Amino acid sequence: MRARTGPRTALRAAVATFGSALLLAGCASDPAESPDRGTSGAKGKTTLTVGVFGAFGLKEAGLYDEYTALNPDVVIKQTSIERNENYYPQLLTHLGAGSGLADIQAVEVNNIAEITATQADKLVDLGTTAGVDRSAFLPWKWAQGAAKDGRAVGLGTDIGPQGICYRKDLFAAAGLPTDRAAVGALWAGDWNRYLETGRRYQAKAGKGKPFVDSASGVMAAVTGSSAERFYDENGKVAYKTNPAVRQAFDLAASFATGGLSAKLQQFTPAWDQGFANGGFATVSCPAWMLGYIQDKAGPAGRGKWDVAQAPRPSNWGGSFLVVPKAGKHPQEAAKLAAWLTAPAQQAKLFEKRGSFPSAQAAYGLPAVSGAKHAYFGGAPIGEIFAKAAQGVPVQTVGPKDLVIAQNLADIGMLQVDQKGRTAEQGWQAAVKAIDNALDQ
Amino acid sequence: MRAGSRSQAWRSRRYRWDLRWSPYAFVAPFFLFFGAFGLFPLLYTGWAALHQVELTDPDAMTWVGARNFTRLLSDEFFWNALRNTVTIGLLSTVPQLLIALGLAHLLNYRLRGSAFFRVAVLTPYATSVAAATLVFVLLFGRDYGMVNWVLGLVGIDAVDWQNGTLSSQLAVSAIVVWRWTGYNALIYLAAMQAVPPELYESAELDGASRFQQFLHVTIPSLRPTILFTCVVSTIGATQLFGEPLLFNGGGGATGGADHQFQTLGLYLYEQGWVNLHLGRASAIAWAMFLILVLVGGAVRLLRGRGEGR
Repeated sequence: MRARTGPRTALRAAVATFGSALLLAGCASDPAESPDRGTSGAKGKTTLTVGVFGAFGLKEAGLYDEYTALNPDVVIKQTSIERNENYYPQLLTHLGAGSGLADIQAVEVNNIAEITATQADKLVDLGTTAGVDRSAFLPWKWAQGAAKDGRAVGLGTDIGPQGICYRKDLFAAAGLPTDRAAVGALWAGDWNRYLETGRRYQAKAGKGKPFVDSASGVMAAVTGSSAERFYDENGKVAYKTNPAVRQAFDLAASFATGGLSAKLQQFTPAWDQGFANGGFATVSCPAWMLGYIQDKAGPAGRGKWDVAQAPRPSNWGGSFLVVPKAGKHPQEAAKLAAWLTAPAQQAKLFEKRGSFPSAQAAYGLPAVSGAKHAYFGGAPIGEIFAKAAQGVPVQTVGPKDLVIAQNLADIGMLQVDQKGRTAEQGWQAAVKAIDNALDQ
Repeated sequence: MRAGSRSQAWRSRRYRWDLRWSPYAFVAPFFLFFGAFGLFPLLYTGWAALHQVELTDPDAMTWVGARNFTRLLSDEFFWNALRNTVTIGLLSTVPQLLIALGLAHLLNYRLRGSAFFRVAVLTPYATSVAAATLVFVLLFGRDYGMVNWVLGLVGIDAVDWQNGTLSSQLAVSAIVVWRWTGYNALIYLAAMQAVPPELYESAELDGASRFQQFLHVTIPSLRPTILFTCVVSTIGATQLFGEPLLFNGGGGATGGADHQFQTLGLYLYEQGWVNLHLGRASAIAWAMFLILVLVGGAVRLLRGRGEGR
């Protein structure tokens, strides 16, 4: 009897082993390479994949639908990873392995220098693609997406020109003007005048009514307005010796030590609550932040917020599209990337999603030039941000910009803002952390 | 007849093969998986730890010998992270296991709807770290947090939970305790139910109170289980990652402005996936592994002595 059960158990064992081998094989092959993606699907259609982080907006603005309507033989699929700090390392590993890549990949501006410096040979030159017009883009944005040899490996999508968003009711209560032109004139041309205005405001508003949300927000805005930042022209790390960086740090620290800051950390729940509760009077706001403010401040904030010109033109954020050579359809992908970043599409993205165009040719289009933001008292945001965008200096960006900026903000400035350290102590702590981070 | 005996011999040979090899076939899937996703990464990490290698170009490895390890000795961020890992580990493991013991003791009583309570203590464990931590971030908020609101009711000033060293570590520990207490309680409960009822009966005859029974019958019977939970919790505490990462809201892997709640897991992540230094990150990973091996050895020594008595 027992002998008869033998083969059956052996068979079961074999099935089990075989099954697990299948499972292993299934795990080993990257999902991006499964047959329904990437390759030419049924009816001879080409499937193009786009990898993005967060709610990038291309899909949400209906651009994919429009493109596939114009090109019926193309199907577009998008994969999104919520946070860039998870998305970017994965992109690097995929580029290194030459597999698992989408046909088009998005790259955040803080990572673009590292991409152009280390990955350019794995990316398609988009400068030669039909429909890409170099003169349509802002010169500084084009420069950021170019490799050392001048090949345009990244095409700019949006940028983050900054204004100052302010609460009209709080300004009025402190005896300051509320009209956006007059408010802009309070600090025009000099970040120090922004600090002075803050002191004037604070003298009237008193304690518990801080002028800005955070010192690090000020620092991001100020460093975003200087041509030389963390790297010098030769591509060497220079944040320690560049006086502009230290001045920006000290100026921002003055907001914290002078009691002008609400001592919040940006993009935390507490910061969100600050918008909802009127916890501060101003915040440096890149164009993409307006939707965020509207979202967090809610209906109660309608009509209270407005946006004025920042002291100096400054940029914070923005993205690029790159086409990896290892993708399935690099040529079709380049065509799509060129179309997505063309002025007309950038204008649509701005109209639907508030992402400000990096193509200056789009600024003349009515969707941009005539744009008004109802929530911000009908502010002519197209005009305000276009003016800022065109004044942003050509910035030298380096491969480790993100690491340096993050440590300056989340270690250095946060210590001053939230832990009551002096500017010098905060600076030293940031330098120590950055040196450790940059050291291989 | 000859043919019959031959087939019988064949059958019995197959039977012997079956007896000998099918157990291996049954355990093979685990070892295949372990080899692919456990052993290989472990060894490869050890290999990478001896190199300078960046995530921007993982194929370019430069041999540096033990440099990644020796530099850890003078790396103040590493020591800070190790210190934080130990203090957060103690702050979370000790109360967690004590509460779990107490809870298990209570659940061991004859209760109406005991199944409900047993499932209920396990629900925090079933909650995702991300969801739980986000709620705790709001609870421990400086300006509008509920914990500070309650403290305010009894006249205590608002605490800036995230920025203090002890306060932030307490807050992170609170999340860990909340999530894992029920899990350990159920393990204890299972062990308690295996304690022979005669022990309790005779203790009761001797006039021992409930609490005395707990101290002198339950705890000694549970010793192996307690040791098991201690080991598992230590491993968990050494690898603590999700809670401190998410507790930092927008700050990522820094563990606060002063690195005040940056654990080893977070520092490893920061080196590898923020600063992109794979070699250095691998060295930290191996250092963590070695620390656990040391702790395991110490536990073994202690247990050996305990059993010798």
